[in-house]
Amino acid sequence: MTRLRLKARLQHPAAWWLWGLGLATAASRTTNPVLLLLVIGVCVLVVAERHDPATVNPLPAFLVIGAVVVAFRIVMTALLGNGIVGETVVMTLPSVPLPDWAAGVRIGGTVTLESLLYAAYDALRLAAVLACLGAANALASPRRLLRYLPATLYDVGTAVVVGLTFAPQLLTDAREVRAARTLRGRDGRGLREMARLTVPVLETAFERSLGLAASMESRGYGRAVRSTTTSRRAATGLALAGLVGVLAGLYGLLDASAGGVLGLPVLVLGALLAGSSLLVGASRDPRSGHRRDRWTWTETVTVVAGAVPAAVLVIASVQGWDGVVPSQQAELPAVPLLAVLAVLVAAVPAWLTPRPREVAP
Amino acid sequence: MITFEHVSVQYADAPAHSLHDVTLEIPEGELVLVVGPTGSGKSTLLRTINGLVPHFSGGTLTGRVTVDGLDTAEHRPRDLATVVGLVEQNPSSTFVTDVVEDEVAYGMETMGLDSTTIRRRVEETLDLFGLTPLRARALRTLSGGQQQRVAIAALFAAGPRVLVLDEPTSALDPVAAEEVLASLHRIVHDLGVTVVLAEHRLERVVHHADRVVLVDEGRVSELLDPAEAMLRSQIYPPVVGLSRLVGWSPTPLSIRDARRKAAALREALGTSAPRPVTDLRVIGPADAVVATGVRVVRGGRVVLDGVDLAVARGSVTTLMGRNGAGKSTLLGAIAAQHRLAGGRVRVGAEGIDPHTRSARERVRTVGLVPQQPELLLYADSVAAECAAADHDFGAAPGTARGLLDRISGGIDPAVHPRDLSEGQRLELALAVILSGSPEVLLLDEPTRGLDYGAKKRLGEMLTSLAAQGTTVLLATHDVELAAEVADRVVILADGEVVTDGAAREVLASSPAFAPQVTKVLLPQTWLTVAEVAGALARIA
Repeated sequence: MTRLRLKARLQHPAAWWLWGLGLATAASRTTNPVLLLLVIGVCVLVVAERHDPATVNPLPAFLVIGAVVVAFRIVMTALLGNGIVGETVVMTLPSVPLPDWAAGVRIGGTVTLESLLYAAYDALRLAAVLACLGAANALASPRRLLRYLPATLYDVGTAVVVGLTFAPQLLTDAREVRAARTLRGRDGRGLREMARLTVPVLETAFERSLGLAASMESRGYGRAVRSTTTSRRAATGLALAGLVGVLAGLYGLLDASAGGVLGLPVLVLGALLAGSSLLVGASRDPRSGHRRDRWTWTETVTVVAGAVPAAVLVIASVQGWDGVVPSQQAELPAVPLLAVLAVLVAAVPAWLTPRPREVAP
Repeated sequence: MITFEHVSVQYADAPAHSLHDVTLEIPEGELVLVVGPTGSGKSTLLRTINGLVPHFSGGTLTGRVTVDGLDTAEHRPRDLATVVGLVEQNPSSTFVTDVVEDEVAYGMETMGLDSTTIRRRVEETLDLFGLTPLRARALRTLSGGQQQRVAIAALFAAGPRVLVLDEPTSALDPVAAEEVLASLHRIVHDLGVTVVLAEHRLERVVHHADRVVLVDEGRVSELLDPAEAMLRSQIYPPVVGLSRLVGWSPTPLSIRDARRKAAALREALGTSAPRPVTDLRVIGPADAVVATGVRVVRGGRVVLDGVDLAVARGSVTTLMGRNGAGKSTLLGAIAAQHRLAGGRVRVGAEGIDPHTRSARERVRTVGLVPQQPELLLYADSVAAECAAADHDFGAAPGTARGLLDRISGGIDPAVHPRDLSEGQRLELALAVILSGSPEVLLLDEPTRGLDYGAKKRLGEMLTSLAAQGTTVLLATHDVELAAEVADRVVILADGEVVTDGAAREVLASSPAFAPQVTKVLLPQTWLTVAEVAGALARIA
């Protein structure tokens, strides 16, 4: 491959977030561990190549949370079971006899490989979706994305920024608080200690969030200079309806059990509503840009690279391709080649995009 | 420019008014300094100017605040952003973007300026604040002083007529503080911006002020001439203390003015040698903390490189140096908060290695009060916090509470620790750590947010702890505290020890770290007003 010579710059944040959402949609449609691990791998690769060096890379935090999810699911399944009947017994835990009215619930007893695998795959799916979010976060910080939110959505915008910076910060705070805990002669291990740590960690994070929100407010974020109250309300109403539509549509797309047929039309409708609110808001939005992000062909490539796996896996799950949802047997699941190729397409932006800006150390 | 008409503020659930019937008029182009003890209502006063109080904070504001003719009751903070810029105490938590240049442009983008204007103003602002070499740097990698300058520049770029700053220099080393104040001085003098700032460290700012406002328990004085205000104020910098002692008139506020008047005083003191006020300490062998070749790497960066340090038993040693020199990291390495990449640390008379001991054993020998004391506090009331501390350290019930009563000027035990002022939180954290009765006490930047009263109590506490044999090692930017308490001063730069010696020699010979009294009386090496007072009393 000839080396592309593109001027170093940050890509449009919307492109990276659309890419991430596409990949997340793909991941949510399968429980095939090979595909899911591939999705995580693609995330790690693209982030390693194109991560914005000015920000702390949040992907590791998301990966850690994903790993915790998987471990927790496996342990809980071993203890409580998940209703999957299997033949391959891994071990037998001492079981706790429960009264009759608790039929259907068990604690301990036999642990089968099938039930463990099912739990692991299911949790891995969530971990992969988290990795996609983390990757989008690392590639384009949500604060940059916020610029493209209409000023009419002021409150939502603040909440989103604060929320998205909250999660990765939580891990840093937790580390600091745990370190400080050792200064009181405690090592910060054990359940009871964890419980004591949550309060200061959350408090620190909340205080930081409030500080950020106050700063955005006093620096004029969400000013409505030339708008009237009615037009502002109309735009807010439209935007909120649109946002609800987008969220409901996304939910429909991501959660196969909610009926994927409904997902797409609702998403489109929501996007239209949100788009019109953007227009209404933008006509009154006095904000301008210092070095606005441009939308060039690389942005389009990025979005397409995210859309391909999403489209392929949605079709695959609707048509029930072999291996997209592995059987509940203890065997190596079949790997649908087309789906693998589709996921690999998402790795293209690791090369076909400009390098991120250089940041002095 | 800014007018207050009978303004009172009361927060929800607060028993008393935070501000009480304030009437004040601040003219355009003045640098106004707000002076008052912790919790007196300074921050509230500042935040009413851009409407964060009450729009963001909640609470009730009666009366009228207008800025450039705009009433804050009718305009939200975001609408006032073109007129007022507010720089918070801790700038790093208020950055909205990730890179210096973007942060400077952010405010102008929200104002809707066209991109040519934004470009021009970004360049001008970066030049004005000396930030051009840093323009492409990530904000999180900047030192505290640089961050503070970026925060001011970012607000200034948006072109407000008024800049409001809450303790802009409290986290900065003396040199960085000078840089920040020089930038402020320039925009007031050359560009006619009105600046209102609150600051505890008066020795740094009072000579820059055009007017002073005194705040006490929610009551606010009228605009005063700085020299007159310093005569009335309960809080004053050492140079004013010296002037009050000797009876100079008019009161000098800058070192230069004081030196012009100090010839007679120098002559009077001429024959007597400076002597510390407290001579009680018995300083033991230099083995309370022994660090040899300590090397620490954090985030891929070498923060400490081969630091050697030996601290004597029962002494008070101060670590000083610029922001980012590695002071906090060295304390953290001694308390086993950071892993060593090389070298070794031994603490206490028994010479234990803190890195191999469990947390429970370690706290008996070495206690650290971190820079953010709230990290140590978990309970929902001061009383519960003290009880938990007794439990954590296996101390007799009531130990922590007794210590707190000794350290603090009286704290309501039912209050939530997060509602305490910064100074009170530090006192609580100190009481918690001391209930483990460690042999070696480490304090990281303990004077942030402390007023002179609290600082004086802290100084006395440290002196008496040292007199009882506790070894104290503190990292601080506060040269006046170092002058009060330190036996020895160690200066770090770029992760290496550059100076290590008796406090008097090091402080008096350093242009950046010399306390005010020393600067006034050089070549004589007096450190504090109390020393001079003692000597004058002996002569008389």
